[in-house]
Amino acid sequence: MAIEEPIEDKEEAVQQTAERYKVRIEKVNGWYGSKRAIRDVNLNVKEKTVTAFIGPSGCGKTTLLRCLNRMHEMTPGAHADGRVVVDGIDIYDKSIDPVIIRRRIGMVFQKPNPFPTMSIFDNVSAGLRLNGMNNKTIIREIVEESLRNAALWDEVKNDLDNPGMSLSGGQQQRLCIARALAMQPEVLLMDEPTSSLDPIGSSKIEELVRVLKDNVTIIIVTHNMQQAARVSDFTAFMYLGDLIEYGSTNQIFMNPEKELTERYISGKFG
Amino acid sequence: MTALDSKHRRYLSALFVVRNKRHDKLFSGLVVGAAVYTLLMVGLVAFSVAKGSVDIFSYEGVQFFYQSDWNAVEGRESFGAYPYIIGTLLSSAIAMAIGVPISLAIAMFISEIAPPRIGTPLSFITELLAAVPSIIYGLWALFVFRFWVRDLIEMPLYNAFGGYIPFFAKTPFGLDIFTAGIVLAIMIIPIISSICREVMRVVPDSQREAAYSLGATRWETVRMAVFPYVKSGLVGASMLGLGRAVGETILVTMVIGNVIGPSAIPTTLFSQGQTLSSLVANEFNEASSELHLSALIALGAILLALTMGINIAARFLVKKKIKASSGAKSQ
Repeated sequence: MAIEEPIEDKEEAVQQTAERYKVRIEKVNGWYGSKRAIRDVNLNVKEKTVTAFIGPSGCGKTTLLRCLNRMHEMTPGAHADGRVVVDGIDIYDKSIDPVIIRRRIGMVFQKPNPFPTMSIFDNVSAGLRLNGMNNKTIIREIVEESLRNAALWDEVKNDLDNPGMSLSGGQQQRLCIARALAMQPEVLLMDEPTSSLDPIGSSKIEELVRVLKDNVTIIIVTHNMQQAARVSDFTAFMYLGDLIEYGSTNQIFMNPEKELTERYISGKFG
Repeated sequence: MTALDSKHRRYLSALFVVRNKRHDKLFSGLVVGAAVYTLLMVGLVAFSVAKGSVDIFSYEGVQFFYQSDWNAVEGRESFGAYPYIIGTLLSSAIAMAIGVPISLAIAMFISEIAPPRIGTPLSFITELLAAVPSIIYGLWALFVFRFWVRDLIEMPLYNAFGGYIPFFAKTPFGLDIFTAGIVLAIMIIPIISSICREVMRVVPDSQREAAYSLGATRWETVRMAVFPYVKSGLVGASMLGLGRAVGETILVTMVIGNVIGPSAIPTTLFSQGQTLSSLVANEFNEASSELHLSALIALGAILLALTMGINIAARFLVKKKIKASSGAKSQ
């Protein structure tokens, strides 16, 4: 796989290649009350790649991820500043309704969270119905397509009316991925999507991530370095709220520039 | 040899076994006893009430349920519970119709919309309201609130619809079924909303985030992720409120108008009425004859059956809902 050189001069690189980046994170700060959880993070994400955020607990990787679809500010007392430009639109612009942003940027969470009172079908179609889609034929097509894309269709195609909660943990997580995919997002945020799954469930999700990136830009938070190495094209290492190093996954894992990164990668702390 | 074979070790372990067993027995005896107490109480109350109402049922038979006379004059005794059953059901229905939506809205505001610095004091105030004795609400209703109800709600309704909707076709007076229903609603709103708020707090944030991540607004999140998750709890909270409304005595007695006999059958919303409990409260002091007393106790029996029926129906409803939503799991 062709992997780019890490960007040396960020300012210039941003200028030159602005169009090529799906998501541009510029000087983003994430706050919980007066506590700053992430500091002036700058980072660019290429379209149709997988970018992993790694780092020890409390380093701000999840906070950063949640800043990318304005989910962070739903936590009481939390807010963020800076610019996050998705497809040329600053999602933190005052004229932007965060609800619209969340429709376009999908999210998958640490623990599978299907709606417990809804069937498998209704879980997948929830976002469509929410946004006013009521053409049953189209809904059915999208549900099937999303479940196929989430590699779940073959397992549930005869039980679409069963409750989402009747599935195993790994299946539930793929159901949640299908639910996010049904909204046809161009960016999919995944917050430690395998942390509550067993190894088989985890490897299925990883496989899925590798397939999905053909169509979707994926940003994945993981505490599992092997997972980051397996699934991602680019890796960002964060520590205590700072972005320490960002580059191609090969470079970060084989030849990190910063000593801190090297110590974390080699398991000396974290 | 290992420690397990030591004499002391065996001695100690034997001691522990004995001690644990004794404590266990004591503990289970206590909790079983406490559980038996509830059964015993229900049994005792049901028995006394049933025994007390034998007289009236042997005198009136089943027509006690559907006849509307209430005459305690010796030699011309005639008792029927029908108007008071209707009065109870109607006043409670009004209370629920007004109280449940407002309670849900309060709970929703506190738990989903308001920031903690507003929500926390507000929920404290709701709980404070829930602790106000019903006699206080009753006094306020009798001396202040009923005039507001008459002038601000009943009169306009009467003027607007009295001419052609029979429901409103009576000159309002302020002491009637409608006022009783509203005051009951005021009384049950703090209770229902406090419980609903507690129930909604159970919903994990991951559920709300799931809805938000699909582009749901706050209201859509409540509708999609919060309400369905705790539907049974909300029904339960409402039923608890209904139980209070059905059984509430003193408050209703003060504002419902307290008529007896056939005229206690409400023909309009603004009719004076009487509930099962308010009639008992009004008359138990003056019940001179055995039969009159028995009739009052029988009203209590009906009230007991009614509240139990409501509770059982609620449970059934909730259970059915839960089953429908998790059916495949237990296949």
